[in-house]
Amino acid sequence: MGAIVTAVIVVAVIGVICAVMLSVASKVMAVQVDERIPLVRECLPGANCGGCGFPGCDGYAAAMVNDEDTPLTLCAPGGAATAEKVANVLGRSAGEMVKSYAYVNCLGDCDATGKKLDYVGIETCAAAKLTFGGEGKCTFGCIGLGDCTRACPSDAIHIGAKGIARVDTRVCTGCSACAKVCPNHIISILPAEVPVRISCSSHDKGPAVKAKCSAGCLGCGMCMRKCPSQAIHMENNLAVIDYEKCTGCGTCAAVCPAKCILPRPEAKQASA
Amino acid sequence: MSIKLFFSIVLTAIFIENYVLQQFLGICPFLGVSKKLDSAVGMSAAVIFVMLLATAVTYPIQNFVLNPNGLGYMQTIVFILVIAALVQLVEIVLKRYIPSLHASLGVYLPLITTNCAILGVCIDNVDSYMGTAAFGSTFAQALTYSLGAGLGFMMAMVLFAGVRGRIEDNDAPASFKGMPITLVSAAILSVAFFGFTGVIDNIFG
Repeated sequence: MGAIVTAVIVVAVIGVICAVMLSVASKVMAVQVDERIPLVRECLPGANCGGCGFPGCDGYAAAMVNDEDTPLTLCAPGGAATAEKVANVLGRSAGEMVKSYAYVNCLGDCDATGKKLDYVGIETCAAAKLTFGGEGKCTFGCIGLGDCTRACPSDAIHIGAKGIARVDTRVCTGCSACAKVCPNHIISILPAEVPVRISCSSHDKGPAVKAKCSAGCLGCGMCMRKCPSQAIHMENNLAVIDYEKCTGCGTCAAVCPAKCILPRPEAKQASA
Repeated sequence: MSIKLFFSIVLTAIFIENYVLQQFLGICPFLGVSKKLDSAVGMSAAVIFVMLLATAVTYPIQNFVLNPNGLGYMQTIVFILVIAALVQLVEIVLKRYIPSLHASLGVYLPLITTNCAILGVCIDNVDSYMGTAAFGSTFAQALTYSLGAGLGFMMAMVLFAGVRGRIEDNDAPASFKGMPITLVSAAILSVAFFGFTGVIDNIFG
C-alpha cells in the first residue's frame, strides 16, 4: 500500500510542477498575435507563389498587418479583387492595382539563331546552362527546355513551336514564379499597358550578336538617340527602357535596326 | 570521459544501435517527413535537440527522484509527462525569444513531444548508464549517447530522403506505389545496417 501511495504522490507532484511551469511560461512569454492576420490571410489566394516578395501568403499577410507601409497591391494572382478585400479588412485604401504579365525578353527562335552544340542530358534549362551556357549560339537567350513551364502555377507559359518560351497573357497572373527559375533571367514582369518592350537579353557587343542571332539587340543606341523623351539608356550593350519616362510614342520600335523593340501586340494590330 | 569513449558511444548509437533502422523506433516521422530533404533535416535537428534535452532532464529525475524512492518502474509514465511538458515549454520559449528558429523548427516540435524514439533514448540511457560510478561521468555518457542517437536519426532520415527521391522518379508496379514500396526500401536499408554489427566493438574494443 505504501508503495502505491508514494508512486501516486511522486507522479502527482511532478505533474503539478510541470503544469505550473507551463502555465506560468505561457502567461509570461505570451506572444501577441494580431487577430487581423488570419482575416487578411483568408483574403489571399493561398498560392504561396512568393511573387509579392514575402515568404508565402502568411508572410505577406503578417507584413500587411504589422507594417502600414506595405502596399496591398503586391499579390499578382489575387489581383485587384484581393487588394480590395484586404483593404476592407485593414481599413486603408488599396491603391491602384497594376495588372502585370510575365514577358520573355528573347526573340531568338529557331529561325533567328541556331545551335552551337547538341545537348544530350537532363532536360532542364538549369542543367543545360551548365554545359557551355546551353545549346544555342547565344548564351543570354531562351534555352527552351521549359523550367518556366514547370514552375508556372497557372499553366500560362509554354515553349512554342520555335523553341522559345511564350506567355499566355489570358491566364498569366504575373506571379513571377517563372522569372525566378529562369537561369538566364530573361523573363521580366511588366505592367500590361507598357507600350514597347525590349525583346533581347544579350549583353554581347554588336558584331558578336549579329553572328549569333538575327533578332538580337546590337547595342547600337539608335533607340536611345531617337527617343524624344530620353526614356531609353544603354546598359552593357543592351537597351533599357525607363517606363516612368516612356510616353509610348513608338519611335524606338520604328528605328530599331534589329527590330527587337516590340510594341504591345494590341498596338501592333491597331497600326497594321 | 576520454575521446575514445566519446566516439565509441556516438558511433555505436549511430550505426550499431540506430534508433530507426535497427531498433525500429521513431518510424512515424521516418516515413512521414522523409519526402523532402529540407523537412527531413529540419525534423532531425528538432529530434537531436529534444533528445539531448529530454535526457538532460529525465536522467537526473531517474537518479535522484525515482530510484531513491524505489519507483524505477514508473519511468515510462513520468518520462512521458516530463518530456511532453518540456517540449511545450521549449516551444513557448522559442516562440517568444527566437522566432526565426521557431519558424524553422517549430512545426516539428509538437510532432515529437511523445515520440517513441525520444522515450526510447531516455529509457535506454537509464538502463545502460545508471550504475555505481559517479553521477557526473554517467550523465555525460548518457548525453553522448543521446547525441549519437539523434545523429543516427538524422542520418537515417537524410539517407531515406535520397532513396525516396529515387523511388518517386521511377515507375513502381501499381500495387507497390506509395507506401508499400517505401516500406520495402526502408526494410532493405535496415538490412544493410545489420552489416555494421560488431564493427565498432572491433575498432574500439
